[in-house]
Amino acid sequence: MANIQQFCTFFLKDQFFGVPVQKVQEVIRYQEMTRVPLTPPVIRGLINLRGQIVLAIDLRRRFAMEDRPETQLPMNVVVRTEDGPVSFLVDEIGDVLEVDEESFERPPDTVERQTRELVLGVYKLRERLMLVLDTERAVGGEDGGVRKAS
Amino acid sequence: MSDLEIVKEFLVESYENLDRLDRDLVALEKDPGNPQILASVFRTIHTIKGTSGFLAFNKLEAVAHVGESLLSRLRDGLLVLNSEITSALLAMVDAVRQILGSIDSTGSEGERNDQELIANLTRLLQAKTAANPISGPAPVQAECQAEDHGEDQAEDQPKDLPPPGPAKPQDAVEAQNLPQQARGQSASDSTIRVDVAQLDRLMNRMGELVLLRNQIVQFTNSSENNGLLATSQRLNLLTTELQEGVMKTRMQPIGNIWSKFPRTVRDVAQGCGKQVRIEMEGKETELDKTIIEAIKDPLIHIVRNSVDHGIESPEVRIAAGKSPEGQLSLRAFHEGGQVNIEISDDGAGLDQERIRNKALQKGLVTADQAARMTEREITNLIWLPGFSTAEKVTNVSGRGVGMDVVKTNIEKIGGTVDLQSKPGRGSTVRMKIPLTLAIIPALIVTTAGDRYAIPQVSLLELVRLEGEQARKGIELVNGAPVYRLRGRLLPLAYLIRELKIETAASSSPGSEVASKDLDFTIARDEHRAWIRTLQQVLGEKLGMTPEEAGYPEKCALGQWLYPVGLKEYGAFSEIRALEDIHKHFHALVRETLNLKQQGDLARAAQELGNVERTSERIMKLLTAVENRVLESENANIVVLRADDQQFGLVVDEINDTEEIVVKPLSKQLKSINTFAGATIMGDGKVALILDVLGLAQRANVVSEARDRTGADQDEKQTLGADEGYQRNAVLLFQYGANGRMAIDLSLVARLEEFPRETIEVAGDREVVQYRGQIMPLIRVSDVLENKRSPAGEGSQESLHVVVYADQGRSSVGLVVDRILDIVEESYVMHRQEGRTGTLGSAVIQKRVTDILDVPGLIAAAERRPLAAGASA
Repeated sequence: MANIQQFCTFFLKDQFFGVPVQKVQEVIRYQEMTRVPLTPPVIRGLINLRGQIVLAIDLRRRFAMEDRPETQLPMNVVVRTEDGPVSFLVDEIGDVLEVDEESFERPPDTVERQTRELVLGVYKLRERLMLVLDTERAVGGEDGGVRKAS
Repeated sequence: MSDLEIVKEFLVESYENLDRLDRDLVALEKDPGNPQILASVFRTIHTIKGTSGFLAFNKLEAVAHVGESLLSRLRDGLLVLNSEITSALLAMVDAVRQILGSIDSTGSEGERNDQELIANLTRLLQAKTAANPISGPAPVQAECQAEDHGEDQAEDQPKDLPPPGPAKPQDAVEAQNLPQQARGQSASDSTIRVDVAQLDRLMNRMGELVLLRNQIVQFTNSSENNGLLATSQRLNLLTTELQEGVMKTRMQPIGNIWSKFPRTVRDVAQGCGKQVRIEMEGKETELDKTIIEAIKDPLIHIVRNSVDHGIESPEVRIAAGKSPEGQLSLRAFHEGGQVNIEISDDGAGLDQERIRNKALQKGLVTADQAARMTEREITNLIWLPGFSTAEKVTNVSGRGVGMDVVKTNIEKIGGTVDLQSKPGRGSTVRMKIPLTLAIIPALIVTTAGDRYAIPQVSLLELVRLEGEQARKGIELVNGAPVYRLRGRLLPLAYLIRELKIETAASSSPGSEVASKDLDFTIARDEHRAWIRTLQQVLGEKLGMTPEEAGYPEKCALGQWLYPVGLKEYGAFSEIRALEDIHKHFHALVRETLNLKQQGDLARAAQELGNVERTSERIMKLLTAVENRVLESENANIVVLRADDQQFGLVVDEINDTEEIVVKPLSKQLKSINTFAGATIMGDGKVALILDVLGLAQRANVVSEARDRTGADQDEKQTLGADEGYQRNAVLLFQYGANGRMAIDLSLVARLEEFPRETIEVAGDREVVQYRGQIMPLIRVSDVLENKRSPAGEGSQESLHVVVYADQGRSSVGLVVDRILDIVEESYVMHRQEGRTGTLGSAVIQKRVTDILDVPGLIAAAERRPLAAGASA
């Protein structure tokens, strides 16, 4: 009996990512953000989520990808973390997928370090690969930087 | 009521009772015969004993029982309270607390052995009495009986009642009723217990309501509907009242934590062999419960510190002419939207030398720094982590983790703490804490298109400078902007700079007027782009005729320069230079294209080189002009107070004052000390709340330690002449090839230039005939460098001389290399020992400049030995 997991998926450029559904609080369209000066560029700002102030992190920047074109508005994937909800800015939202545990693999060493640190592994789907985002790491540490591995 | 609830009630009431016991026992120790206190103490122990028996807490009952017996003998006058007994009773109180704690967490009394305590108490109670019995035991008993039977509280009405029977259940029931009435005595109104978590939830909802109210008010403000406006107005008022009411429920008198202090002070004093009296003023001052929780430990630490380190032992005090008993005073009061708490002792104050040495020892400062530190700076060393001058680490304090944690904890809740000390006389710790954390009034400002909230508690005043006023009013001291506010210098910080936001002067899209502001980044880019364009033209990749190149008026810079720039800023040389160069630039561009059109590629390329060079100059000028524009536009200055110092924050716009709900920042942002939190504005957008102290520190407008003399330690800190900022007129002259020196202008009588031929020699001195006198000349560089130039030497035709006339004596001419300028500037002089001829150095006109000590120089010159060959 295969072990089935459900994932919320999204796109960053041409990369396909997934986050376990339990971790996702909600997915909403672009929200106006208030920028926070003196923070690393990866922190895009703060959004008002029904009265709660939530940090918005640009995942493209987190993965050192180029910025999305100005005319393209990101979507918000709000995930639950240890310290409260955090929103990830992504390009597009995909479907909720069911994947088989069996198809999971750790990222190979050839993947460059920054990506490897932020990704828990890969699911080999029929048509593509789905990278599993490490939400805790992606959210970052106290200075907005990625929590470093030892 | 279930069993669990009964036990919970018991615990809560008992904790309160124990606190009261602490207070009472300490008070009783000072007044052993006091019948009221004795009665109260007895009652309390009796209650605990009774209830614990009822609830089958046997260990507790055993301890309380012995205590009760001891107290019974005291009450009956068969024993008199002394230090030993008090300590034993206090130990009993602690034991009871521990047992209660155990019950609280595990539900049972746990494994413990109080035999030693019980034995001690038993021994004390069996001791033969040495003192006189208290007079009137009967009335005391009657009073106690009146209370025991749950009768009327009035203590001075002994009633005719049957003596208290040992019937336990009855006792227990009465014991249950008792605390309620005892409490009823102290609070004049009826009170009710509420779970703190419940109140927290209420506060949160209240916060949400305030946000919603703000939004509704915003919407209705733009509506015409009168009914809606009126209703929303009422909603507004109601919400404010409700909010105040809810906040009040969480307010508690500071006396609640202070009440523990008499015991603490007694214990610590005993432990150190000191005598300390504690006085408290302002017990009823109310604070939000969360704040009380936050300051509890810091206060305890400070109190312990004062007793342990501040107050001297009785012998030392007597020797110093003080009373053997030290005094510790606590004061609390509301002021300026904050709660002030002062803890003073009349002890020995801080030992500056010890602190300095300790800091040196621990490597917290270098020897150099330590030597130069002022009293105030040394005092402030105690706030550093790891600092403690205690010789041995006692249990009480001196672990060196105290004061810095105190400071951090107080600052975490938005307060400030300060210590002042008078050697031999004592020290005072002053704390200022905001009244509430959650909902605060704030001033909303805008900078670079974003809104920021500034807590009103830090706001002193608003200053608006327009145009000319702004240009002139903001002056530079060492490159740092300041403004003279009613005669005092107010350091300024530009919010846009502190937040490191790009300084493209904003032009909001949709403004009808050809924007008054210039986007300097665009201007710069445009001119750079010209180079690329020309390169492409020369490389045949692009075609362009000279006509297509346009004219200076047409490009973005030109469009701003001519209608706006020159008009508003024409006074600045940079702008005029920019206009010239800009015209030149465009002429060169056209010329390049011209040459290309004519086919003269070689010269076209040359001309392109010129274009590039000119472009560089334009870049530089653009930046200079940009700075001017930034600095000289209308200035909105928000005068803020941070840590007792003032500074001005320059922002683009000042909006309204609003009540905002403070929401904490997420973990990733917490470390940025410029922001204290965030809030949601009326239109639903998030705005950041500025942390005034953090901002001030980042902008370096407040210093860690301030230079104050002992004299004005009690005065409010002001920024001004007494700060070492001297505004003086000085004469600057060149010294050597690249150096400069300054002479205070007040010492300069005249500036003269003497042709070399007029210099004569008398003795071994150079002199000159001047106004009927023979004026000796002193070459400044010779004296300072202790050399001797041959008489009459000088590469110049004439000598530049600064004439100095000391009153009553004749003039002396100081020969300098070149007179540079006379300037009036504020500067801070750094004194240096051991350099003859100079008073010190300062940064004047952005350069390090030595300041000449004229009298000293002259004296040194006179002391010099005669040159060889001169007549004696």
